[in-house]
Amino acid sequence: MAVLELANISKHFGAIQAVSDVSLSLEAGQVVGLMGDNGAGKSTLVKMIAGNFRPSHGTMRLDGAELVLHKPVEARQYGIEIVYQDLALCNNLTAAANVFLGRELRRGFGPLRILDHKRMYKRAGEIFRELKSETRPRDLVKQMSGGQRQAVAIARTMLSEAKIVLMDEPTAAISVRQVAEVLNLIRELSDRGIAVILISHRMPDVFDVADRVIVMRRGRKVADKPIALSSPEEVTGLITGAIEQV
Amino acid sequence: MATTLERTIEHRQQTWPAALLASQTFWVLVAVILACIFLSFATDSFATAKNLYNITRNVTFVAIIALGMTLVIITGGIDLSVGSVLCLCSMILAVVMHAGYSIEVGIAASIGTALLIGAFNGVMIAYLGFPPFVITLGMLSIARSLAMVASNNTVVFQFGPDHDKLLALGGGAWFFGIANPVLYMIALALLTGFVLRWTKFGRYVFAIGGNEHAATLTGVPVRRIKVAVYMISALAAGVAGIIQTGWLGAVTTNIGAGMELQVIAAAVIGGANLAGGVGTASGALIGAALIEVIRNSLGLLGINAFWQGTFIGGATVLAVLFDRVRNFRQSE
Repeated sequence: MAVLELANISKHFGAIQAVSDVSLSLEAGQVVGLMGDNGAGKSTLVKMIAGNFRPSHGTMRLDGAELVLHKPVEARQYGIEIVYQDLALCNNLTAAANVFLGRELRRGFGPLRILDHKRMYKRAGEIFRELKSETRPRDLVKQMSGGQRQAVAIARTMLSEAKIVLMDEPTAAISVRQVAEVLNLIRELSDRGIAVILISHRMPDVFDVADRVIVMRRGRKVADKPIALSSPEEVTGLITGAIEQV
Repeated sequence: MATTLERTIEHRQQTWPAALLASQTFWVLVAVILACIFLSFATDSFATAKNLYNITRNVTFVAIIALGMTLVIITGGIDLSVGSVLCLCSMILAVVMHAGYSIEVGIAASIGTALLIGAFNGVMIAYLGFPPFVITLGMLSIARSLAMVASNNTVVFQFGPDHDKLLALGGGAWFFGIANPVLYMIALALLTGFVLRWTKFGRYVFAIGGNEHAATLTGVPVRRIKVAVYMISALAAGVAGIIQTGWLGAVTTNIGAGMELQVIAAAVIGGANLAGGVGTASGALIGAALIEVIRNSLGLLGINAFWQGTFIGGATVLAVLFDRVRNFRQSE
């Protein structure tokens, strides 16, 4: 069964039609590469799933139930997690503090509840171990490599029982070795049955890690097919418009 | 492979002695202690009970406000209005008590004023997006002017029926001969330290200073925390004003003039970073202590008081220089 289903989703800002009539469904554990040129509408589409925007038309369903989001915090409650392009990390805090930011564990009761540092360090360590990332929970994020920073941002999505992880350009602006690390992190998520939508400009990354590719052009979905049945040349053609639709 | 990953994750990069040696606050504390030892030998008058009593008490007013300022600075803001808020709160207390009300009413009015001003600063900054520098600069002018209006620019030195209670509150020494203001300072510093380390609020204060946008995205109530932080800063100034009024036994409309700069200097010497994200409660105290020891020692050593500014300014630059040198080494 599909985890997420979008039916005839459209979004316009005034006279500008950013997304028109997009339908798609997402299976558990599936990695979908979402590609398209700047302004093709992929960010807008993802922001609707993340609760930043509300669709002008169409419906979204999560596990079969209709999903209406008013703000990003609500999306998280439904198990939809976002890894932002700039990762949204605080350099002055430890890896564990960043993982738990906004969702701190506390002990004690009533108004006398204090942060449970020990349990947060322990849990963060467990998550990094699951992600097979050499990231230390007590290290400050400012001392970390790009790959480790990605691991911290991705670890956040594993705190709760996430169903869907949306990733916005996770491999832009990091080194080749770190890209490999990040792609491994995405595979870890997928192995856990988490569906991943990967927005990327980098063709090799999408063909390396994704099961399916969706291409958008000028607000419309122009392709949606298994990655094995497509090719970088075809996707490039679809992005630029040399190929109209498949 | 699994064991190396395990070991890497469990490994602590820094042990606590290393962290201590790398901390600016620690080195400033060393400087304070060395200065005290030097002064004890160099002068007869430093290590006397009376002088130590004076020093510890003088530290408190700047230190208490620096605690509040540290929170503001950690969020990446600044509060220039604290000196004037101290004056206004002292004056409200004095005028209310002078009019015949009890000390409780006076203190409530004073604290209420502080919270109101802090809330105004905070709302303008957090909700209307004013730069903290601008709003608190405006408040610096407004609060002092309101103090003049409230008192008609006179000196108030009679505090009605509870006159003696107020003087005992600020001027007494109820516990082992330690001046009362010092006790308040220690209690407030412990409270601030606790809040910063052990509460969600404290964690969010650091998060906002580190990356405000990230804090917003992860669901931190950034605006409310900011308002709270400016209210705490004004409250600290109000509390210092009440204590100072009790100690001085009189209020003029020029108390606390220029104090904001001393307070900011104390916080910065103690390790708070004006760019946000870094600061400690102990640092605020230690920074204030260094400033007071410098001031006191110049007097005792017979150095012209005109040199005070040079030494305090020099200390500020030197303290931050340590931090810069460390950063250069890290970035290389």
